[in-house]
Amino acid sequence: MQGVPLIAYLTLGLFLFSVGVVGVVIRRNPIVIFMCIELMLNAVNLTFLAFAKFLPTMTIPGKAPLADAAMSGQMMVIFVMAVAAAEVAVGLGIIMAIFRLRQDIDIDEMNLLRG
Amino acid sequence: MYKPVILPIDWSMIAPVVLVAMVGIIALCIEMARPKKNNNLIVGFTLAGLAVAAIAILVQFDMDSYRIGETLSGMVTRDRFSLTMQLLVVISAFLSVLFSEGYLREKRIPFGEFYPILCWSAVGAMVMVATQNLLMIFLGLEVLSISLYVLAGMSRSENKSEESALKYLLLGAFASGFLLYGIAFLYGGSGSIHLDTIRQSWAVGNSGSHMLLLFGLGLVLIGLGFKSSLVPFHMWTPDVYQGAPTNVTAFMAAGSKIGAIAALWRVLDAMGMMQQYWMPAMFWIAILTMTVGNLIALGQKDVKRVLGYSSIAHAGYILVGILAHVREPMKIGSDTVSYYLLSYALMTIGAFAVITLSARAGKEGTKFGDVQGLWHRAPLAAGSLIVFMASLIGIPPTSGFIGKLLIFKDAMAADLAPLAFVLAVNSIISVYYYLGILRSMFVVDEEGEYVRNSAMNNGLKSACVICMVGIFGAAIFFSPLMQLFGTR
Amino acid sequence: MQTEQFWSTYGGILLLVGVAAVLCGAMVTLSWVLGPKKLTPYKASPYECGVAPVGDAKERFPIKFYLVAIVFILFDIEVVFLWPWMTVFKNSTDLQFMITSFTSFALYMLTFIVGYVYVIRVGAIDWDETTSLEPAKLGLEPVEGDSNSPEVSSLPAVGVTA
Repeated sequence: MQGVPLIAYLTLGLFLFSVGVVGVVIRRNPIVIFMCIELMLNAVNLTFLAFAKFLPTMTIPGKAPLADAAMSGQMMVIFVMAVAAAEVAVGLGIIMAIFRLRQDIDIDEMNLLRG
Repeated sequence: MYKPVILPIDWSMIAPVVLVAMVGIIALCIEMARPKKNNNLIVGFTLAGLAVAAIAILVQFDMDSYRIGETLSGMVTRDRFSLTMQLLVVISAFLSVLFSEGYLREKRIPFGEFYPILCWSAVGAMVMVATQNLLMIFLGLEVLSISLYVLAGMSRSENKSEESALKYLLLGAFASGFLLYGIAFLYGGSGSIHLDTIRQSWAVGNSGSHMLLLFGLGLVLIGLGFKSSLVPFHMWTPDVYQGAPTNVTAFMAAGSKIGAIAALWRVLDAMGMMQQYWMPAMFWIAILTMTVGNLIALGQKDVKRVLGYSSIAHAGYILVGILAHVREPMKIGSDTVSYYLLSYALMTIGAFAVITLSARAGKEGTKFGDVQGLWHRAPLAAGSLIVFMASLIGIPPTSGFIGKLLIFKDAMAADLAPLAFVLAVNSIISVYYYLGILRSMFVVDEEGEYVRNSAMNNGLKSACVICMVGIFGAAIFFSPLMQLFGTR
Repeated sequence: MQTEQFWSTYGGILLLVGVAAVLCGAMVTLSWVLGPKKLTPYKASPYECGVAPVGDAKERFPIKFYLVAIVFILFDIEVVFLWPWMTVFKNSTDLQFMITSFTSFALYMLTFIVGYVYVIRVGAIDWDETTSLEPAKLGLEPVEGDSNSPEVSSLPAVGVTA
């Protein structure tokens, strides 16, 4: 097939996802962590769309061509975007509430919950 | 041009979910109409609505002896398992609402939105357990979790609560990233996000699609493992359980666990064909979950943290039941998991309900010391706590014992004897810390310093009594219940 | 052949990246190289719409901006669902489908309206500082000394509280 191959999209998606995961693990500012989570979700969206673009052109042995397969992938992306927005809204709200309480949102300072 | 097809919708299938969502919206409208006043109207309305939803679910049990079906183009599935799980979620929400009002008052949390958000959280769990579609599982999970993030942080003046909310949110969103990435690969490997189609496509797939499916399944299991707090991914559980307001913790422990476990059951059930790849990993995860949960709980000083670790251990026990089902899908049905989740929901909510007594005048202490002398001040609470602990340990006349026995039996039947052995050993270990809670309850605080407990109100009383009756009732009416739950 | 296919596939995106890089680079470098530099105190001060600058640029923003941002995100994303629905609805000729989908979409918008009314009701977009964001309204009563404040202990004890 002419055009960018599937593997390129998947590699880019994996790269973005890994950047997101590493960012979540090493960063200390919750807002930056949020951005990294967004990055992960967008990597997922890219993967979904890549599959949605390529699945109709492929056949899985023993089955009819996956003409309808594109639908679920695209649908998924829309819902992921909506859910990500909801998550960010709630997250910002919680960060605001914390900021009101202690004027500081460093993750390392949050150590009240210990055994 | 796209020609849309409208399939007939079976409204009875989605009626419970729609009902609970509407109850939430109307409760919010009531809250809007009379903000920050007393919440009695909202509480009454929510309880009534949840009861109606429970009836709407119960009716479906009877409609046909064995009615499995899908509606909304395969978005919603109805079988015995989904009905049972929905019922359990509604029961958990009902019990949590029942004892919440007194607690919210004692803690001075003027948050009437608690009830609507709890309803929507229940909606998320109900959506998630009644589907085979990965999109709906994801959506249900997110609705459930996002509501719980808000609820965990609803005590706005408390650092602990906000901190637990942020922790829960960050780890939860992280986990759902993994879950989604996994779904993307399952979709890529099979061309569908319906678990049945994915199951079939494994049989006909080539090595390429097998790779995609396995990679996807691994990621999905990481995501669901976070949500149902299996061991390598359990770190958030005790922290969040400790920091969140206790009534929220109760629903979190029961409702969210029911949802996550049900989704895990569905996914693993659909992936039974490739169990040669994942079974060893899940085997060790089950062992770790049971053991680590119990061992760390031994050293804890906070009742809510102990219960958090105990919920990890219980997730491990249930995982054994799931694995047994996947190994022998014909012989072992879902009824073991259903029964265990029922008894687990009752005893956890009951235990947390009793713990809410330690909140008084805006303060709350949940250390072992704070429950001292409970026996003298609130005999009913103390008595019911004994029952809940006995059930959590698994002492014979309670449903906790029967649930463990069923899982043990299934594990033996499915040739998982090591898991059964670990389960038994862990049950014995767990006696120590459950008894620790009970012991501190009987200790008399001589200084009289710990008179922090609030009085028992009617809601809390009825929640305790319902949970107690439920625990014994589930043990007595064991065989009719198992029949009701069905094998699938 | 191989290179030709490469360029037809990736040419567009590479061209885009290249043009963007060159354009940005050129604008920044050229204005820096060519522009006369006569620095006066007024020029060195930050530009604030022609008004004399006040305070520090690192000043904290009032928290209500965040509130507006949060509300904006939520109401912004609803369009994501509006779009695919509209696309299908526009091209459909089936009356029954149109009625069903319109009804379900109206219900969807109704939940948004309930949310909007709620946002107004709790004063989330109320910019008057005297009415919005007052601690008592948000339930932010100070915890210390809470137990002996008479106002708190006289909360109405009705309903489930026995």
